[in-house]
Amino acid sequence: MTTIAQPASLPETVPQDRVGPLAAIRHTLTLAWRSLVQIRHNPMELGDLSLQPLMFVVLFAYVFGGAIAGSPKAYLQFGLAGIICQNALFLTMNTGMALNTDITKGVFDRFRSLPIARSAPLAGRIVADVVRQVWSMAILMAVGTLLGFRIQTNPVDVLAAVALLVAFTLGFSWLPVLVAMLVDEPEKVMMLGFVVVFPLTFISSAFVPVETMPGWLQAWAGVNPTSLLVDAVRGLLVGGEVAAPALGALAWAAAIGAVFAPLALWAFRRRS
Amino acid sequence: MDYTIDAHGLVKRFGATTALDGVDLAARTGTVLAVLGPNGAGKTTAVRILATLVRPDGGRALVGGHDVVAQAQQVRRLIALTGQYAAVDESLTGVENLLLIGRLLGLSRAAARRRAAELLERFSLADAGGRATKTYSGGMRRRLDLAASLVGRPRVLYLDEPTTGLDPRARGDLWAVIRDLTAGGVTVLLTTQYMEEADQLADDVVVIDRGRVVAVGTPDQLKAQVGRQVLRVSPVRAADVPVVARVVTDLAGAAPEVDGEAVSAQVGDPRVPPAVLQRLTDAEVAVAELSLRKPSLDEVFFALTGHHTDQEADHDDDRSAA
Repeated sequence: MTTIAQPASLPETVPQDRVGPLAAIRHTLTLAWRSLVQIRHNPMELGDLSLQPLMFVVLFAYVFGGAIAGSPKAYLQFGLAGIICQNALFLTMNTGMALNTDITKGVFDRFRSLPIARSAPLAGRIVADVVRQVWSMAILMAVGTLLGFRIQTNPVDVLAAVALLVAFTLGFSWLPVLVAMLVDEPEKVMMLGFVVVFPLTFISSAFVPVETMPGWLQAWAGVNPTSLLVDAVRGLLVGGEVAAPALGALAWAAAIGAVFAPLALWAFRRRS
Repeated sequence: MDYTIDAHGLVKRFGATTALDGVDLAARTGTVLAVLGPNGAGKTTAVRILATLVRPDGGRALVGGHDVVAQAQQVRRLIALTGQYAAVDESLTGVENLLLIGRLLGLSRAAARRRAAELLERFSLADAGGRATKTYSGGMRRRLDLAASLVGRPRVLYLDEPTTGLDPRARGDLWAVIRDLTAGGVTVLLTTQYMEEADQLADDVVVIDRGRVVAVGTPDQLKAQVGRQVLRVSPVRAADVPVVARVVTDLAGAAPEVDGEAVSAQVGDPRVPPAVLQRLTDAEVAVAELSLRKPSLDEVFFALTGHHTDQEADHDDDRSAA
């Protein structure tokens, strides 16, 4: 092989035509619009966002509620926070699936060849997914309330619960995003949902009090970040300790993001 | 000469594989440059470098005078890319796909709508514009993909195997669009495995094989470079075919191909055709046709690389190498 000169470095004075922050926001919102308008043409997705959480609430309240808490109503007071958290974690799989679809179909390449902010394709996806998250939390709370769930705190605490969930999922989504960069078809991201989200949510304080589990499971449930998230959300909706579990959950989310975001970006660069 | 695309010594490695091993590419403004080569030759990698999607490991490429690495954003203002796969969002309608690109490029809502309607009309998709693209046929998706590339009126268009999988009519339509664009001053770089496509469209052809340039020139120059022409003779009476074959064998020095009533052979010496005619006249064989044609690009490719282009193979190869 012949030796090839590296690209000559350009003088510093060459204007590095960067995208301004306002334009970057506009690009992000346009791409978020694109991710949300999809829902209109894909009723299945609306089902994922609305029907599935609804089914979970009804199932948990009426199938397990009586046995666990004496009545569906009483169970919802405890379990709704858990259902909301599980649903939020499952929705992060959609982020990964959608990114994988964009990459395998070449849509991402088109975006990257446009003179738009480099961050816009990902940021647009994130904004759209936050909207999805909030929508689906609202549905869950509304259905829960219809079935007898009652918020015991105030609107500020409820908003704080939503904010905490959004923050946690923003960190957590880097895991499905990393998987999305590594696999060749979107369905494989969903596998992660079953392998990771089920143990994370079921073996936690989400659906039953941890004290009822055998000791070794309690140990896992105790360190499981989902327990911290659920405890904080529960505290913010029906009362109880908030500060310690909320900080713990946020620390976990930050740690997950700190580990998996660089890995995901590395995997993305390697892939393209 | 004014070159819109000007790349020198492009090198790209993926792990142990060298996808590009010092490739030069140059396209004059308003012309079509065809990059011709089999699967895995490095065509897609070259396009991805010129489209600012991957950085070269070596060499340098200027598009419209801007460096694809250091001035990527300026390059992106000039280019549009249509890849091997129709890069359209399947859950959006045709209109929405085009609106999305228009809005990202900074068009106002109204202007983006106008542009979308214009392009859908031009690509005969006006009726399907309101339908989700997942209901489109393969050809329709390709047209929408190309329409999406044209929303921003690019000065440089990259087409990575644009007609792979299209039926002949759709292919002809696309060729017409490309001719139209170059007439308007757009520079087109097109990768293809089809010789005919390069022959039909390209002003210049770069033949690459295994990451290296094996030949450069106009289609005519490439054909001439191989030097041999194809002589074809058919007698008026079918009974004379064996005589013709014998004469051609004698003079061309190789066994000709006999196809029904026509005898054809490659000839390198320009004195052969008149000599053949003379001998046939002497033998009182009436000749219905005697023609001399340049070899097809496929024959040229074979002469240059020692293997035929593989038109059947899976197109994923080139991409997985990329």
